[in-house]
Amino acid sequence: MGVLNVDRIATGYLNKLIINDLTVSIPENKITTIIGPNGCGKSTLLKAISRVLKTKSGAVYLDGRAIHQLETKEVAKRMAILPQTASAPEGLTVFELVSYGRFPHQKGFGSLKKEDYKFIYWALDVTGLNEFKDRPIEALSGGQRQRVWIAMALAQGTEILILDEPTTYLDLAHQLDILLLLQRLKEEEGRTIVMVLHDLNHASRFSDYMIAMKDGTLMIEGTPDEVMTCPNLQNVFNIDASMATCPFSNNPICLSYQLFQKNR
Amino acid sequence: MSTRAEVSAEIEALTETNKQSRPIMAIIILFGGIFALLVSIAMSISFGAADIELATVWTAVFHFNPDLTPHQIIREIRMPRVLGAAMVGSCFAVAGALMQGMTRNPLADSGLLGLNAGAAFMLALCFAFFPGLPIMYLIMYSFLGAGLGAAIVYGIGSLSRGGLTPMRLVLAGAAVSALLGALSEGIALYFRIGQDLAFWYAGGVSGTKWINLQVMAPWIIIAMIGAIIISKSITLLSLGDEVAIGLGQKTKTIKVFGMLIVLVLAGSAVSVVGAVGFVGLIVPHLTRLIIGHDYRWIIPCSIVIGALLVVLADLAARMINPPYETPIGALIALIGVPFFLYLARRGGREL
Repeated sequence: MGVLNVDRIATGYLNKLIINDLTVSIPENKITTIIGPNGCGKSTLLKAISRVLKTKSGAVYLDGRAIHQLETKEVAKRMAILPQTASAPEGLTVFELVSYGRFPHQKGFGSLKKEDYKFIYWALDVTGLNEFKDRPIEALSGGQRQRVWIAMALAQGTEILILDEPTTYLDLAHQLDILLLLQRLKEEEGRTIVMVLHDLNHASRFSDYMIAMKDGTLMIEGTPDEVMTCPNLQNVFNIDASMATCPFSNNPICLSYQLFQKNR
Repeated sequence: MSTRAEVSAEIEALTETNKQSRPIMAIIILFGGIFALLVSIAMSISFGAADIELATVWTAVFHFNPDLTPHQIIREIRMPRVLGAAMVGSCFAVAGALMQGMTRNPLADSGLLGLNAGAAFMLALCFAFFPGLPIMYLIMYSFLGAGLGAAIVYGIGSLSRGGLTPMRLVLAGAAVSALLGALSEGIALYFRIGQDLAFWYAGGVSGTKWINLQVMAPWIIIAMIGAIIISKSITLLSLGDEVAIGLGQKTKTIKVFGMLIVLVLAGSAVSVVGAVGFVGLIVPHLTRLIIGHDYRWIIPCSIVIGALLVVLADLAARMINPPYETPIGALIALIGVPFFLYLARRGGREL
């Protein structure tokens, strides 16, 4: 059993069920990545795990307790979320946004304490944003903006981080920057990280555990070695993949791929 | 990469030297605004059809003598009027700020989104069918009307494919306001209550009496305190629902409370001054420009600046063409419309 357990959940939007009867377990102190084609319910699963979406049946358990019954502010002390489409109000500075990450730890009307400043400056530092801290967010590049949101989630100081496509909009170097940072957070501080990635090779290289989804159901879960195989990629993405080994992680990567024309 | 010890020493140093400039600006605006407000209130009381010196104003307020006519004028006509103006300004401004924060819609304003027209329509119905209804009930109906206006606008707005965009809501608001306005005028003509409604429509605080203020005050004070209490949550909501939930906010509860507060504020303001728009648009944007995005400061500053704007507008309304009064609504629209066009030109970007 992991730190987060998804037990037979059904969930979706309005009357449309996206996920039906899905059970999965997120291991503690590991990086778990959810992969799958567009519209397969990856983000929906992430939203259910992070209590943004209510479940129609079944439940998500955080340390054995149903997450929707826990005080939401208490959950926020343990779990931070980076949504896929976060956009900041105009005029907000980097420092201000990152400082909002401290909200769950503040009491009453809330002014920043010394402890809060430490977390904020640490988050700005590890995301390389210190020099931009007084700039308005709309004046930053897409990649920098993404880092600001990650910094806010980090300032929250939680053991669990949930990120929906944290590397989207970033160039190659910045993508790696973020993933290395997440890896460091896991290794040095034992954080649990759950994310959605589109890049299979990044997912394979940095994950301890992978969850492959298709049409709202779980196709396969396991280590990158178990998940990243030709038959699995065919099942999940309908691609004919040519596999190789990542020289950095020794995990399988997809060198290139073909579509299965006839099966489409 | 620097070592951990170096990093933490650096962080320590930054923590020590961090300066927060925006709260200082907010405090300046707050106290400067209060001072300016007191001065304008004093000026507004002393200026009018009968000229009264400031010294007389002082004695009328603090050493009232019922035998003196100027004292009577000040006490019974000018004071309730100017206090009414201040109250109404604060109400519209805070309602606008809350709506903008909760909906992330920069064009949110009780006038633009049909709340004011809804309240005014309900009041017209009251005048027509229940003449002489006590003010207490009038205000209740005004709240209801504001809710009705908002419900229709949001209903129409969300019917359209592609969901609620700021621009769509404003269009729906304009259409619904026009319809409700036309209906109110029809009622006024049919029931021959046009005289009662006409000036009040264009917006004016001239008829404000102590009793109106007394009935409204508790509602408004409670709503304002509520607004300040949820102000921090509004800041987080303005980052988007998902982020707010992630930070431990009960988004639905906050939105319900926020909406109730908005209805009370807009409803009571309309019951005094009529369907004056744009105050809720101008004031929060101005304060945001100066003091930043923290609603813990935006709300209190909006209270002060909103009051100041309407007190000044009322003063100007009496000075432009004395002894006649120019409708306040028209004066505020003079500033409000260009401001709206400026915001709309930027494409109604999300807040």
